Amino acid sequence: MSSLSWGTAEPHLPILLVVVPLFGALLVTFLRRGILAWALTLAVTFVLPLIAISLLAKVLQTGQPIIYEIGNWPAPIGIVYKVDQLAAYVLCVISMIGAVIMPFARRSIAAEIQEPAQSWYYAMYLLCLTGLLGIVITGDAFNAFVFLEISSLATYVLIALGRHRRALLSAYQYLIMGTIGATLYIIGVGLLYVVTGTLNFDDIATRLGPAIADPGYRNAVLTALGFIFVGVSLKLALFPMHVWLPNAYAYAPSVATAFLAGTATKAAIYLFIRVIFSVFGIALAIDSLPIPLVLIILSIAAMFLASFSAVFEENAKRMLAYSSIAQVGYIMLGIALANEASLTGSLAHIANHAVMKTALFLALGAVFYRIGSVMYDDMAGIGRKMPLTMGAFAVAGIGLMGTPGTAGFISKWYLGIGAIDAGHYSIVFMIVASSLISVIYIGRITEVVWFRAPSESAKTAKEAPLSMLIPLWLLAGATVYLGFDTQATVDVSAKAAEVLLGGIR
Amino acid sequence: MTTSLIIPPALILICAGLTLPLFALVRLRWLVLLASPLAALWIVLTLPDGIHLNGSFLGQTLVLVKIDALARVFASVFAIMAFAGGLFALNQKSTLELSAAFVYAGSAIGVAMAGDLITMFIYWEIMAIGSTLVILSSGRRGQGAGLRYAAIHMLGGVLLMAGVAGEIAATGSVAFTAMDLSTIPRMLIFAGFLVNVGAPPLSAWLADAYPEASWSGMVFLSAFTTKTAVYVLLRGFPGTEILIPIGLFMVFYGIIFAILENDMRRILAYSIVNQVGFMVTGIGIGTEMALNGAAAHAFTHIIYKALLLMSAGSVLYMTGKRKCTDLGGLFRTMPLTCAFGIVGALAISSFPATSGFISKSMISDAAGSEHLVIVWFALAAASAGVFLHAGIKFPWFVFFQKDSGLRPPEPPWNMLASMALMAFFCIGLGLYPKPLYDMLPYPVDFVPYTGAHVVYQLQLLLFSGLAFFLMLGLLKRTMTITLDVDWLWRRPGHALASFLDRFGVYTWEWFADAVVRGATGVRKALYQHHGPKGLFGRTWPTGTMAFWTTVTLGAVVILSYL
Repeated sequence: MSSLSWGTAEPHLPILLVVVPLFGALLVTFLRRGILAWALTLAVTFVLPLIAISLLAKVLQTGQPIIYEIGNWPAPIGIVYKVDQLAAYVLCVISMIGAVIMPFARRSIAAEIQEPAQSWYYAMYLLCLTGLLGIVITGDAFNAFVFLEISSLATYVLIALGRHRRALLSAYQYLIMGTIGATLYIIGVGLLYVVTGTLNFDDIATRLGPAIADPGYRNAVLTALGFIFVGVSLKLALFPMHVWLPNAYAYAPSVATAFLAGTATKAAIYLFIRVIFSVFGIALAIDSLPIPLVLIILSIAAMFLASFSAVFEENAKRMLAYSSIAQVGYIMLGIALANEASLTGSLAHIANHAVMKTALFLALGAVFYRIGSVMYDDMAGIGRKMPLTMGAFAVAGIGLMGTPGTAGFISKWYLGIGAIDAGHYSIVFMIVASSLISVIYIGRITEVVWFRAPSESAKTAKEAPLSMLIPLWLLAGATVYLGFDTQATVDVSAKAAEVLLGGIR
Repeated sequence: MTTSLIIPPALILICAGLTLPLFALVRLRWLVLLASPLAALWIVLTLPDGIHLNGSFLGQTLVLVKIDALARVFASVFAIMAFAGGLFALNQKSTLELSAAFVYAGSAIGVAMAGDLITMFIYWEIMAIGSTLVILSSGRRGQGAGLRYAAIHMLGGVLLMAGVAGEIAATGSVAFTAMDLSTIPRMLIFAGFLVNVGAPPLSAWLADAYPEASWSGMVFLSAFTTKTAVYVLLRGFPGTEILIPIGLFMVFYGIIFAILENDMRRILAYSIVNQVGFMVTGIGIGTEMALNGAAAHAFTHIIYKALLLMSAGSVLYMTGKRKCTDLGGLFRTMPLTCAFGIVGALAISSFPATSGFISKSMISDAAGSEHLVIVWFALAAASAGVFLHAGIKFPWFVFFQKDSGLRPPEPPWNMLASMALMAFFCIGLGLYPKPLYDMLPYPVDFVPYTGAHVVYQLQLLLFSGLAFFLMLGLLKRTMTITLDVDWLWRRPGHALASFLDRFGVYTWEWFADAVVRGATGVRKALYQHHGPKGLFGRTWPTGTMAFWTTVTLGAVVILSYL
């Protein structure tokens, strides 16, 4: 993996990971033709995974985090980028998802967005990618806020570009909610700054410990924790702060949905882990606070309530959106249980869920490209007309259920082991029971697309073009591959989990 | 521990199944269908005992291929079955069914050769997917049944997964060895196995789903799912006493419902439950002879049940009819199919000189030598019952009885050939059981052909045969159960049987009603809250979203202060 040679650029890879898409976005805005904008975006997004993989290889090799001081200003004064195992892993996930759907995007975007707006779409796409990568790579609390806002603002535009007239309303709702979330986060960071006088994550962590000894500061720190907890939870769509998500996913352009489902919540989850484990975890005894309990309850509520909503949905995109909320519940559950197995499961599920959900949304994007709808009634019998598309959908769907031999099984297995290690047998049953609900909602759409008589629009549908099928099957193949070869997901996750838990008090 | 490079036989069949759709040429497809099972069989038979392939998964060392005597018995009969089934199904138009059937057969071999719990579980789940696809591929009729089947096996898989995860967490070992029912994870594993074996209270899935498969699909289905479950019970829970009553229940459940049934393939489906009941009882008895008997009976049962279903499948293929009342008199134009069906029927009835005789008598003898009097009597009575429902009823109503006016020709050569192969095994093993006895896990000092055995079995069969024809009129007209059971159990049994029958029907209906009512109620309640208009399904106004965010924030902060 480390055979890639970057020459003199080697030490600057961390900043390149953010700067390349940022300037790419700027350049794209000057290109008025959709196809040119697409080509440039494609080139940019394909460079990013290479950088991310190089970083991961280096971190795994040395076992030490890569610290990049911007402008050579050292830590507490300047902004620092810090790439440890967890960050490198999440960077790989986000950049790879960002790249793999680009070949799919051209036709889909050309069909769903008018020509002059297409290059805006690609610009926003790169800007969003910049923000998400920035959240993960930065070691600075305020810088993370800036990137959070960059990605969020770009996301609002991406959603608003959707063809459906409810896209605007959905984007507006998400804008309000996203702003509330970001505000809560920055209030929390502000409180921490008052207490510690620094914005660097590592620095906050070391100074927080002594500060807490002062009872006056203790209350401020607890309040900061509450604000950051809720603010970030809103961005990652934790129940009951999830309601913005189904509409945002349902009415965004197909490619944007696939991209956001795979990456946006993942970056927020990363931020959550970073703050809770690497900042507060070191200074506070989190176990003595109600945070894990609250998180367990909300995660389990998400696993069940969102899954039930998915069962009754008639819009396939909304169904998958509800399923995403449930899957976020799994990830957060593993974080709340906070032992090595459960955290490994959660981290592995970040990648596994990204792969599976992106595949599912891409398949729906291909259907939308052919028949212009993802309502169940219109999709009836489409499996017979688009067997390759819906075949990939079925494979990824089986993965989502957590069937052995697929990626979904791996993460649920470690979550289950983690729950047993934590002594919560009841939680094992809940994980399994909510998987059964996913069997129902995936089973329901499978029945619609394969066994129902074809609808009017399905009768004339054709198989999706090759540029759509290749990314789709790449991801569907990865669903199966990651179910057997767990080196890339579980091994890295286990190391990251070990580091995270090692620092915790 | 030697680890040499070998191809897992399970993968040969699974790969053959997965690549089957690529072979557009019919002849090439035939070659794959016939050659891959033979290759698998050859590896199974030539591989020496021991561990042959390790792998690493989930941080555990897995034993992907391990073989011993017990595994070889099951793996080889599964491979034989895949070959015969493939030969029988050469004319099957649905590539999906053949692909699924081969993946299904391959994973069954995988279960038999799995050396640890995780490998076993993974193959187990692939098997569930494969078998579901076999049922689904039969078209419209199969859909409801296939989805119900999938739901039941998903439940079994979930129990098993929870059990396996718990067992590994508790013991730290993935080894698949004999267990007892001392811990919750082991009980869960046991329950997962029992779902597949067709144990009460979920016995009904089998007769519900299998007959909805196509004419060839059911031949595959009859062989693998229940018998892999028998295998894992043999390996994991030999001598678990609760299996004796479970097995006896299955034995009689199968007989009673088979006698009441009119659909020829459903009769045979019930008789699978019945026959597997014999094996489960044998596992419960748990002596070396009983375990040998259970393994041997699984081997012979797969072959003669396949033969019966092939002959029923041929009739279905040629006539399109499946009800006993629509069939009859087919011996005129399908004499070979009829003859093969009769061989299968004799074998399932344990007629001397057939394979059923040399295997089933081991189980009842084991019960006798353990002085389990009630079990012995129950098995004896059940043997007579088997002859009634499968041994005579099936061939009589399909091939003889009244003339239905149907004049179908014999099925194509390949179907006849695979029936001939199975019939050869039935009679060959009946006359010369040594090769099978040599394969069994424990040394066999059992002699099937003693005067007492033969005379006893013939008496049993003759009298039940006599009863069948004497009471044929009653049996045909009313289809009641009391008559047969009256003969079996005499007076006291009569009341009990009719009570059980009524009780069974009432409780089942009550249960089904309650389930349906409960499910509708739950669905309604869920829909109310989660449907598009429900609290969790609709889009909230932005203010409501913000409100709940505030509530969560307040809750977290206040709880932190407390």
